[in-house]
Amino acid sequence: MSLLRIEGLNLAIHDYAILHDVSITVDPGQIVGVIGESGSGKSMTALAVMQLLPEGARATGRFVLDGRDVLQASEADLCGMRGRVMGMVFQEPMTALNPIQTIGDQVAETILVHERVSRAEARDRARQALARVELPEDRFPLTRYPHELSGGQRQRVVIAMAIALRPKLLIADEPTTALDVTTQAQILKLLKRLVQEDGMGLLMISHDLAVVADMADHLVIMRHGRVVEAGPCPDLFHRMQHPYSKALLAASTHQPDRAAQPQDTPLLQVRGVIRDYATSRKGIWGKPGSFRAVNDVSFSIRRGESLGLVGESGCGKSTLTRAILGLEEVQAGEILLDGQPVFTGHKPNRAVRRRMQVVFQDPYGSFNPRHRVERLITEPFHLLDAPPQGAARDAAIAEALDSVGLTADDRHKYIHEFSGGQRQRIAIARALIIKPDLIILDEAVSALDVSIRAQILDLLADLGDRLGLTYLFISHDLSVVRQVTDRVLVMQAGRIVEQGETAAIFDAPAHLYTQQLLSATPRLPDMTDA
Amino acid sequence: MLHYVLKRLVSLVISLAVASLVIFLAIEVVPGDPAAYMLGMNAQADTLAALREQLGLNGSIPERYLSWVTGMLQGDFGTSYTYRTPVAEMIGERLWISLPLALYALTLSTLIAFPAGVWAASRRGSVVDMGVMGVTQLGVAIPNFWFAMLMVLVFAINLRWFSAGGFAGWEQGFLAGMKSLTLPAIALALPQASILTRVMRSSLLDTLSEEFIRTARAKGLTRRQVLWRHALRNAMIPVLTIIGMQFSFLMAGAIIIENVFFLPGLGRLVFQSISARDLIVVESVVMLLVFAVILVNFAVDVAYAAVDPRLRGRR
Repeated sequence: MSLLRIEGLNLAIHDYAILHDVSITVDPGQIVGVIGESGSGKSMTALAVMQLLPEGARATGRFVLDGRDVLQASEADLCGMRGRVMGMVFQEPMTALNPIQTIGDQVAETILVHERVSRAEARDRARQALARVELPEDRFPLTRYPHELSGGQRQRVVIAMAIALRPKLLIADEPTTALDVTTQAQILKLLKRLVQEDGMGLLMISHDLAVVADMADHLVIMRHGRVVEAGPCPDLFHRMQHPYSKALLAASTHQPDRAAQPQDTPLLQVRGVIRDYATSRKGIWGKPGSFRAVNDVSFSIRRGESLGLVGESGCGKSTLTRAILGLEEVQAGEILLDGQPVFTGHKPNRAVRRRMQVVFQDPYGSFNPRHRVERLITEPFHLLDAPPQGAARDAAIAEALDSVGLTADDRHKYIHEFSGGQRQRIAIARALIIKPDLIILDEAVSALDVSIRAQILDLLADLGDRLGLTYLFISHDLSVVRQVTDRVLVMQAGRIVEQGETAAIFDAPAHLYTQQLLSATPRLPDMTDA
Repeated sequence: MLHYVLKRLVSLVISLAVASLVIFLAIEVVPGDPAAYMLGMNAQADTLAALREQLGLNGSIPERYLSWVTGMLQGDFGTSYTYRTPVAEMIGERLWISLPLALYALTLSTLIAFPAGVWAASRRGSVVDMGVMGVTQLGVAIPNFWFAMLMVLVFAINLRWFSAGGFAGWEQGFLAGMKSLTLPAIALALPQASILTRVMRSSLLDTLSEEFIRTARAKGLTRRQVLWRHALRNAMIPVLTIIGMQFSFLMAGAIIIENVFFLPGLGRLVFQSISARDLIVVESVVMLLVFAVILVNFAVDVAYAAVDPRLRGRR
């Protein structure tokens, strides 16, 4: 008998239909992966199982968990089931824990809510649960607070809370999306182990086809609130029927065509750059400490080249980006664009600054929501000594919008009127408007759905060919870096540990850290033998 | 934690030193000769000289500052020019009214605001919530002296439950003293409670929409349990900030209410000594109020750390 059987689930929030006729089953010990892009309804499906839906939501259909109809259960019954029969792990470990309670208390709470046991016994069992998620007490005492743990460790605490009572069903909603690739691999391994040990069913929700392909026994593909295709994994990859499934798979492995060949002249040269940060002083009269975020980094980018920079969070990628853009002064070394320093004296060099632009990850957060597109994309004009006026300005705006696939009329709109992908196009238009030589893409496609990401990557490749642009492509996502760069730098703890041709490094990584990164990267099943 | 408290203590001492210097300069140095100011335009030269002698104005500015500060540290605030009594004594008497009044009003406002804020937040959008929001809107809008006069009219003149003003004196017993402070405390507490209720409600609603609340619900906690065990303490930081600010305001800002109820408190003392150009008293009372504000801020900072482990620093 199935552990969880969802049949014909319909869900509406204030009469706005979210899910249509969704049917999913999960057996004990089975991992079911639910895949979909934003708005596909995958997270709502998970919340519907937990019955933790937003206000105004109404669900209909049949919904049987462990022999009980969840939709018919009272709120008191549901409270009794949550945490005991079904547990849930969320996407964002940084905010999923109560910041002012110790991890021991938070894990013990799961037990205390459901069972009449003493505090001491609950703590004892919390200790065991934390040990099961590989947070042994000698290194991670129960008295730790969440802010004293890393993102991966916090996610382990969340998992410990969810599995403390050995529930029959675990729901994991994008459990590794916010984590680095090596941490992701560890968490996925942990989840797999717990499923095997407890014979638990796991409903795992993700936007990342490769993550789920590695994990799941059964795959469900969702779009616009409907299940478009489902089947056993990995067989499903070889016999996908639905055009959307095929498109999703194609987009995940999309390789943009790039015609331009890099020239031999270097455009950007970074030599022996060191960037130190002051840290808080030790004691009231102590000296401030210092932290070396970028340590003796040297590399160069040739004109027309696309260079990748990969590394995990905290490795110094963003600090290096700010130094290249001349936003912060470096403590040693030099950064030259076409032979000109980005920093002269203690001031950024505007003549160099106007020749490079940056596109950030969050397409919404990097725009002022109260300005029109016209004003947003002309922001870089302040770098020019004589910004274009009147007709010349209009022409520049029209050209920039046109080159990213938008129309000149979009200039009068506000940023909230655009979708995520369109916003990123506007961010690119803003970078293009002063015709820079170098564009730094700082996780520029990381927040986008795979199909949108494929379009943006195509756009960037096309622009690179047409305008002779040079890209510095910074990302934690190794598969994307592999698809779009000529050469790649691997950064760890402030140092470049390996650099070389992208294909060569991905095929035969020399440095141990690069090898770890690559082996941790989830892979889609090899389609060539299909 | 100890490190954090020590750090706050150092900042408290520095703030006090800077504040005393600013007060000294603003009152004794910048306006010119204090004696001439206190005596007015038509003062005789020999009276002026006598007052200067009496106020110790003949030394250099650093000497005068040091002697003022060391005097205060020993409890000597000088002698009031108009009342001819030691300022310390006057402040002491007044403090025994103003401090209980402030604490009384603060207690009332907190006792009203906590349940009301929690109640409104837990039933967001309901009639209860709308009612609480409406009443607090009125509470913020109504001037407290008008409300005070209204209460005098109803409870003192018509019902004769309380006296219309004045202070019975603590020698009449604790209850009698508290009784004379009750109407003023309610008048002071009304706007404070309204503000605090609104802060409590919105802070709690913000916290309830945080992700760790959803995690707690996924563990099987009921809405009520989540509210009491997880949301409330997390919602306290903005509430503590407002309570600290309100206490400072109540210490110094009760001038109008003290006048309405003829209470001989600190606010009235400041008011009277400014009118009488008694700079010695003004200077000391202002310093005392600054001291109270800084002390309360210190207490609030320590309370933050008690609530939030992130402020205590890493172990």
